[in-house]
Amino acid sequence: MSIQAKFAIHRGDFTLDVDLEVPAKGVTALYGPSGCGKSSLLRAIAGLDRHADGFLKVGDSTWQSPHLFTPPHQRPFAYVFQEASLFQHLNVHRNLEYGYKRLANEDRRISLPQATELLGIEGLLQRKPHTLSGGERQRVAIARALCVSPAFLLMDEPLAALDQASKQEILPYLESLHDHLEIPIFYVSHTMEEIARLADYLVLFEQGRIIADGPINSMLTRLDQPLAHGDDASAIFEATVSGFDETYHLTHLKFAGGQFSAPGMALQLGQEVRVRIAARDVSLTLERQASTSIQNIFPATIAEITAEGDAQVTVRMEVGSDAMLARITQKSAAELDVQVGKQVYAQVKSAVLLA
Amino acid sequence: MFSQADLTALGITFQLAAVTTVVLLLIGTPLAWWLARSRWRFKFLVEAVVAMPLMLPPTVLGFYLLVALGSQGPVGRLMEWLGGSSPAFTFSGLVIGSVVYSMPFVVQPLQSAFAAVGSRPLEVASTLRASPWDRFMSVAVPLARPGFLTAIVLGFAHTIGEFGVVLMIGGNIPGETQVVSIAIYDHVESMDYANAHWLSAALILLSFVMLSTVYAINKRFRMAQT
Repeated sequence: MSIQAKFAIHRGDFTLDVDLEVPAKGVTALYGPSGCGKSSLLRAIAGLDRHADGFLKVGDSTWQSPHLFTPPHQRPFAYVFQEASLFQHLNVHRNLEYGYKRLANEDRRISLPQATELLGIEGLLQRKPHTLSGGERQRVAIARALCVSPAFLLMDEPLAALDQASKQEILPYLESLHDHLEIPIFYVSHTMEEIARLADYLVLFEQGRIIADGPINSMLTRLDQPLAHGDDASAIFEATVSGFDETYHLTHLKFAGGQFSAPGMALQLGQEVRVRIAARDVSLTLERQASTSIQNIFPATIAEITAEGDAQVTVRMEVGSDAMLARITQKSAAELDVQVGKQVYAQVKSAVLLA
Repeated sequence: MFSQADLTALGITFQLAAVTTVVLLLIGTPLAWWLARSRWRFKFLVEAVVAMPLMLPPTVLGFYLLVALGSQGPVGRLMEWLGGSSPAFTFSGLVIGSVVYSMPFVVQPLQSAFAAVGSRPLEVASTLRASPWDRFMSVAVPLARPGFLTAIVLGFAHTIGEFGVVLMIGGNIPGETQVVSIAIYDHVESMDYANAHWLSAALILLSFVMLSTVYAINKRFRMAQT
């Protein structure tokens, strides 16, 4: 099952030329700088803008082709805009009900109470939109979109218009959508933090073109891609909570490359989390160090090396079946004689849990 | 106090204003919607035609309407050919004249109300399964409610206040086309100031009560919205 989208959009100076095929599951992030055409593509997919010769197929259903244009209200999608855009003349409950009422009975897979609970807005149902905070409004807008039981959810920078506190308020809800919904989600963003937490698949935009796409971790760690070269270049792992160290207050996490310890014990056994490891927090040794303060050391195989300016290199390693990045100085690389195929130990100084 | 003829004139006036307002809403709503949303390059021409009654002396409008609607005019002939009669000097003629004359007072508030709604709420509605007609009725009209209220008040009030057009197109037939403004003029012409006072004062009072009621409603609505 896949989602195929092919659009050529010309508007004044702006051109978008896209031919995309991505898996029809999980969160696909459309990532790139502002004004690169991500939102235009999303609008075209939703049918909000009509472009001749477009093509859109989701799973087995074709919604647009050169001979076919399904208007937006007949596509089983839902859309979350950057601004919550709640209906000002209706209270929260009637906003939620708006789409739900218009569905045939057999199409109602998500109920109002379910959507309300998923977004934690049970207490807001009787309120009018203008009495809500920015974060609350956006949560209502997301719940309203879910109430049409969409087969495909489109989100256009849903956090971009919010302050930092509201973003942090909403991100956990978005993560729980990711975990609870079976439907594919297209998520437009220009913020790496959101992408790292939410995306399974990444589509990289630049000036109206897609420059690369692939599973999130490979996109972040491929040295031929720009994301592996920034200051905050990092790798992402899916890990499972496998145990706790009560004495030292640590959580053990299992991932494909081994076991990992992180401070704190807030998670639950068996819980799935994302771990983000920044390239600059990883150092390399040739032998396993016994006397070091660093707890997390993994055997790794060097896969690729690229110079980063005059003084540094970025190294991609294979750790189990996952890829990890290390940013080290050229001097260290020369002294360790780092080269492709060499066995080393990756010492991870810190990692961020994105649960 | 009021003579029977004066009461009849009052009745005809309000009946005319009510019918005109309803007709104007039926015609003006789709027209205003189109004006607010269309990107047609010659839209300004339509806007100019709609606004023309603001500028023209009512007698000019009345004169051309009389020419068109009269039994020798194109509309009058068409009506007679269809088995009816010329609408000149009838209540229907008054309605036609009033509709043209009060058109901008209904279309312009509606147009700006629809423009203020913007396209976003309608796009949202379209992603929530609402068809074009459905989103017009369930989103655009309720959000434009203050505009509708203003349009109704202005359309109604302006029709009550007209004189030149109704005089030209309706003549001055008591019990049929004589409205208050003309009745007052008649009283003054015949030096019957007492009756002119009564009618004029009645009109002032009625207008004030009506307008203040509507603005009170509008204020409550705005407060509920914000």
